[in-house]
Amino acid sequence: MSLPNQPIYLDNHATTPVDPRVLQAMRPFWEAQFANPASAEHALGRAVADAVEQARDYIAELIGASAAEIILTSGATEANNLAIKGAARFAASQGDPRRRIITLATEHKCVLESVRDLAREGFEPVILPVGADGLLDPEVLRAACDANTLLVSIMAVNNEIGVIQDLATLGAIVKEAGAAFHTDAAQAAGRIPLDVGEIQADLMSLSGHKVYGPRGIGALYVRRRPRMRLAPLFSGGGQERGLRSGTLPAPLVVGFGEACRIAAIEGLLDSGRIAGQRDIFLDKLRAEIPGLVVNAEAAPRVSGNLNVTCPGGVSAQAIMAGAPLVCVSTGSACSSAEVEPSYVLQAIGLEPAAARATLRIGMGRFTSPADAELAAASLAASWHRAASATDKASD
Amino acid sequence: MQRLYLDANATEPMRPEAIAAMAEAMALPGNPSSVHAEGRAARRVLEEAREAIAARFGGRGRDLVFTSGGTEANALAIRGLAAGRRVLVGATEHPAVLAAAGSDAEVVPVLADGTLDLAALEAALKAGGAALVAVMAANNETGVLHPIAAIAELCRTHGALLHLDAVQMPGRLPFGLGPADSLALSAHKLGGPKGVGALLLRPGLDPAPLLTGGGQESGRRGGTEALPAIAGFAAAALCPVPEGLGRLRDAIEAGVRALAPEVIIAGSAAPRLPNTTSLILPGVAAETQVIALDLAGVAVSAGAACSSGKVRQSHVLAAMGFGAEAASAIRVSLPWNAPEDTEARFLAAWGAMREKLAARKR
Repeated sequence: MSLPNQPIYLDNHATTPVDPRVLQAMRPFWEAQFANPASAEHALGRAVADAVEQARDYIAELIGASAAEIILTSGATEANNLAIKGAARFAASQGDPRRRIITLATEHKCVLESVRDLAREGFEPVILPVGADGLLDPEVLRAACDANTLLVSIMAVNNEIGVIQDLATLGAIVKEAGAAFHTDAAQAAGRIPLDVGEIQADLMSLSGHKVYGPRGIGALYVRRRPRMRLAPLFSGGGQERGLRSGTLPAPLVVGFGEACRIAAIEGLLDSGRIAGQRDIFLDKLRAEIPGLVVNAEAAPRVSGNLNVTCPGGVSAQAIMAGAPLVCVSTGSACSSAEVEPSYVLQAIGLEPAAARATLRIGMGRFTSPADAELAAASLAASWHRAASATDKASD
Repeated sequence: MQRLYLDANATEPMRPEAIAAMAEAMALPGNPSSVHAEGRAARRVLEEAREAIAARFGGRGRDLVFTSGGTEANALAIRGLAAGRRVLVGATEHPAVLAAAGSDAEVVPVLADGTLDLAALEAALKAGGAALVAVMAANNETGVLHPIAAIAELCRTHGALLHLDAVQMPGRLPFGLGPADSLALSAHKLGGPKGVGALLLRPGLDPAPLLTGGGQESGRRGGTEALPAIAGFAAAALCPVPEGLGRLRDAIEAGVRALAPEVIIAGSAAPRLPNTTSLILPGVAAETQVIALDLAGVAVSAGAACSSGKVRQSHVLAAMGFGAEAASAIRVSLPWNAPEDTEARFLAAWGAMREKLAARKR
């Protein structure tokens, strides 16, 4: 079989390509419809504001919210910072005595760092462990939720191992304890059905560039009834009901809205097709690499995710270096230049050596069966070369 | 009828160079933090943009932090550098700066021409301990330029840090970090896309982050960088500053004065941005003027765009000493691509508007 002669992109957890339909929807807002959507005083501004509000409707619909509950941000990192710091700081400013903030060991760094920032402000972070399958045991959460608990933040889908937490069950426990419930749904939106009512979420973070929309835009769902109150991260012109000042980037908002509109219609279809591609890829890789381990395999996962540990003492870096046209990753992209073993993998019990031999594969809407097959062949060939080199070295 | 867009200080029309750069960057699927070929290609575009923008504004790439826009850049500078310092702000600052400075900030008044009262600044600097001074390079409503060199000299003498909100400046006048410690920039005010801005820092300054997580921007600002938008920002920043806007603005002002001697032009005694004029037609509500001009196909504003919808009394004009007149000011701000017949079309629409409204008053 021939190896790829152009890059195959299997890193859809880091970022998704922009859907051409999204790009098309955005284009007019860079050109003729460039006005500031807050310029309600003139026709050009109002036309852009209408498009922004239409987009807000689409974003809300994807998660079963109403448009008035959507606060637009620069991305999921900002949404997570706003949700966690905003909820804690607002409550404290109102004399709320509760200080405990609960989250998971496998959360995205921006959630963990936001919680850590709050520790310096006198809050009490509680970082819960997950099982070997990456899932949070509801009883562990129940035991942690005491009367002092202000906020619980649990991601919907993990960005490395793709595990889907049972948010409806977990949300019910949080609500029973009277705490606020936040979920980082950046990796979940468009991949699994999300309904803020069913989850009983007070806050939900979303990202544009993980749903085939543009980078630089995201949203925070902020429940209206009963009203979830937040302190803003920064203020100014008073946009987004004072929770997030700054000129709305209309083209990005429109693109995000279009991406959500498409995801609501096609998400399930995508998911089924992507599962087919994943099976092609995994069957091939397993056949070629005996002893390959799929991490968190038994847990419910998004269909595009595979997190695989390779045997034979071969590092993921070496495998990637030997298959330079296959774009996969070793873990979360964020600061991926640092090549420490993933804390997510360590949290599910992988030894550092195994974590270093682990690849994250993220298939997406535009992954073809041929891509899946070629990528698997290329990675397997690279593994074989590296493994035999390792064997020789140890002879 | 082709509409006449004269609300550039709310947002500039996009430069074609920026649209082209974004379209090109949009074709790169990678996350700049990913290590694979796609990620590295994205990283290259990101770092080239960073170097280009920093160089354009007199700084180093490693000292430039990309943000979601001017508001966040101002907040990052002021909140991130204020530790242990008093915060001094000008009375005519943008709400983003006033909000970031907080309710404890000391407000330095402006003179009747809109420029910062240097004597008051000096007195305030002398009065207390270490300070952070946050002022705008150019005012968004009147275009008035603060005397930055003199402000910087006072700050230097008294050991204060100087943050400049330069959001309205580039794209209208050549400008750079110069003697300041930090500079807030916004892409969409210089012909780039909305949703991106930057904070340019003097080497060695390291503000505490507002957004944490992920470690991007050297830990100063978490979040995946908005790459296509950043490429557009760089392309727009490199566009030449337009010529002739000052002449056009002056012609409009002369025309308005000829039509209506009662008109007051706020800040006209001070150095101003060449594209901005604040026209006060006494006795006629700004909102009424703006609506009439909008119906005639001319887009202007009654003040800052920010959270408009409702037109509030301008704190900028109030600080300059205007009373009731402040409610009668419209802002006309010329975009980089103002058409040649702008003067004639604006004066025709403005003249007709005044005739009609003056008749109604009688």
